[in-house]
Amino acid sequence: MLMLDRIAQAQDTIAAACRKLGRQITIMEVCGTHTVSIFRSGIRSTLPDGLKLLSGPGCPVCVTDQGYIDAVLQLADRPDCLIATYGDMIRVPGHNGSLETRASKGNVRVVLSSEDALQLARDNPSQTVVFIAVGFETTTPATAVVVKEAAREGIGNFCILSGHKLVIPAMRALLSGMNDRIDAFLCPGHVSAIIGSGAFAEIVADYGRPCVVAGFEPLQILEALAEICRQLAAGKAEVKSIYRAVVTEKGNTAAQRVIAECFDAVDGYWRGLGKIAQSTLALKAEYSQFDAFKRFGLADVPGKDTSGCRCGEVLCGLIEPIQCPLFGRQCTTQKPVGPCMVSSEGTCAAWYKYGRRS
Amino acid sequence: MAANPERILLAHGGGGQLTNQLIRERIVPKFRNETLAELTDAARLTLSSPAICFTTDSYVVKPLFFKGGDIGKLAVCGTVNDLAVSGSKPMVLSLALIIEEGFEIELLEQILQSISVAARENEVTIVTGDTKTVERGSADGLFINTSGIGIRLPNVELGFGKIEVGDQVLLSGSIGDHGMTIVSQREGINFESPLTSDCAGLAELTCALFEKVPGIRFMRDPTRGGLAATLNEVVEASRLGIEIGERAIPVRPAVQAAADMLGFDVLNAANEGKFVAIVSPQAAPECLRLCRAHRLGREASIIGGIVPARDVPLVELVTKIGGRRIVQMPYGRELPRIC
Amino acid sequence: MCLAIPARIIELEEDRAVVDAMGNRWKAKTTLLPDAKLGDLVLVHAGFAISRVDEEEAKKTWELFAEIENFEKTRNKVSG
Repeated sequence: MLMLDRIAQAQDTIAAACRKLGRQITIMEVCGTHTVSIFRSGIRSTLPDGLKLLSGPGCPVCVTDQGYIDAVLQLADRPDCLIATYGDMIRVPGHNGSLETRASKGNVRVVLSSEDALQLARDNPSQTVVFIAVGFETTTPATAVVVKEAAREGIGNFCILSGHKLVIPAMRALLSGMNDRIDAFLCPGHVSAIIGSGAFAEIVADYGRPCVVAGFEPLQILEALAEICRQLAAGKAEVKSIYRAVVTEKGNTAAQRVIAECFDAVDGYWRGLGKIAQSTLALKAEYSQFDAFKRFGLADVPGKDTSGCRCGEVLCGLIEPIQCPLFGRQCTTQKPVGPCMVSSEGTCAAWYKYGRRS
Repeated sequence: MAANPERILLAHGGGGQLTNQLIRERIVPKFRNETLAELTDAARLTLSSPAICFTTDSYVVKPLFFKGGDIGKLAVCGTVNDLAVSGSKPMVLSLALIIEEGFEIELLEQILQSISVAARENEVTIVTGDTKTVERGSADGLFINTSGIGIRLPNVELGFGKIEVGDQVLLSGSIGDHGMTIVSQREGINFESPLTSDCAGLAELTCALFEKVPGIRFMRDPTRGGLAATLNEVVEASRLGIEIGERAIPVRPAVQAAADMLGFDVLNAANEGKFVAIVSPQAAPECLRLCRAHRLGREASIIGGIVPARDVPLVELVTKIGGRRIVQMPYGRELPRIC
Repeated sequence: MCLAIPARIIELEEDRAVVDAMGNRWKAKTTLLPDAKLGDLVLVHAGFAISRVDEEEAKKTWELFAEIENFEKTRNKVSG
């Protein structure tokens, strides 16, 4: 069937469900890449008024606590450290500048892979390479693999500062208190490739919300929204994946295994959401020599957010960026106040870049 | 490659013997013309018309050599294009080199050769120049500045003020080729790829358009900041809106795939062989036809039009699925993103 | 958070692969996909292949976009 026909069909399903339910439907996506894809494809402009699409805490940079960022900058200021980071983190402001403002000193390197970070350590034996390990379950296995590699090869000048987080505890935290007006979740396609679509069964079982896994093409997202609306209109709640090309029910067991070998789930601080139980990954004791927190005596304590910054409420989907008084005024992509604006996948950045500002 | 390649010394920029030797033996022969051969302090020119365009640009690209060109070719084509899109026929260029001590002379020769070839292809003459050297570490190997003069074409009046609601936006070809090629070769991001820069001088095509089709209001080459920057500059200055269609914008699959992998936006990627023209609705079909009949414009496309501004003049994109979103002025530095 | 694109494994030695996406070639590790074979279509993220891609399902998406492109070639005006 022509794509245009499929688009029309998905839009009809959504419109019919909204009419049938007669109330506003609120769907939350929890993946920064979905946030960006939705904005770039202009999907919101094609949805009926009754359907509200919220962005949740799906941007790993945005939910990284201020305390972690300040720890990163502390390490970047050390002459014996080489910071290896994904590009996403470079512009995040701490209390005293960012990695970008320090990059001119030459000890901050953008890497595309954790393997590049490990290689940096091999190539610079006189410095300690600290890999800024941020990301959800899609990215965590890549970190685990190189930690094991470093252990095997005895690469002593390599360590990671783990900021890895888990998606499902955040979803639970939202529904348990922070924002229970969420009717359903659009679930992240690539996280699901790792954890399996079956992982969302507990959300359906415990909270009765539909969970539909989608890829990132606009048609995928539209058809996932249509499936969610179909379920809601029928009073059902199920896990379903329409990302058939990639996602299985069980996920990537080899990746899950390597995460479990290297990391423990511990309580952790999420920007805007506060402390969430068993939601952050810390290196297991046997790998503590690669744990930058332990190596440099850094505490993982929550930092204080800039006054006036309402990223926390944005991350919970309680307000839209345009409702934040700083949005578009003191806080823009050129001079961001909070992480939701600075991260390329942040909700505020997406609104600012692709939406109208007034 | 010689075991001990000949290198530039600081003395080569000292104005004495070595400088003269470098100029007479390596530089001037590449640009055989009477004006340059005189080696006077200034080139004495007699132009056919006093109505001229004058522009300058500096080239600091890294890497110096890339698929589809090098800094030399870029230095000629970039300045030629600034003159071309301003409604003039490029005639002469100046060539200023700032060379880092230690730079391999063999590489300098290659770049000079590229400049020579590009100048000939674009029918411009290098009439004057300058050569300086700087200490090791003060330049990324080589910086180039070219300034250029073009003769203004008759009956061509371009400007933001000429743009009207209903005018069409014409793009001469695929976007993102140069930007993604450079990114793919830059240190730290290494992937092999069929991407090549679109670096090319456009004067042959632009002059033909200006000569044959009245009703061209404005033209610009979308270099740094890409198509997004150029269109935003237009709405900012004209105070009108622009609406473009994603499906009408040509992008090579390899360019899109590279951008997808790195999280870049092709709308923000640099182009070095393309132009955007705002033309009257009457002129649009003929402009499109002329472009497509020319090797430099085979994939030309009408990508959108000028619309009234609502509250704020904006560039709006109609997406592949029929949705809408805004195209903002890019930040200024694209960073690869993973998570 | 999860930029990943489908690419074909065109070289493979132990867990070190070269993958091809629309002609662009990258190095990638297949450590997380121990059963990956030469010729497989995989999803690559942060230098690692993280999932096999079902080619038939993936083709459906590609085919749809090609349809839209084709449909548009016959007219060169913005409809929006």
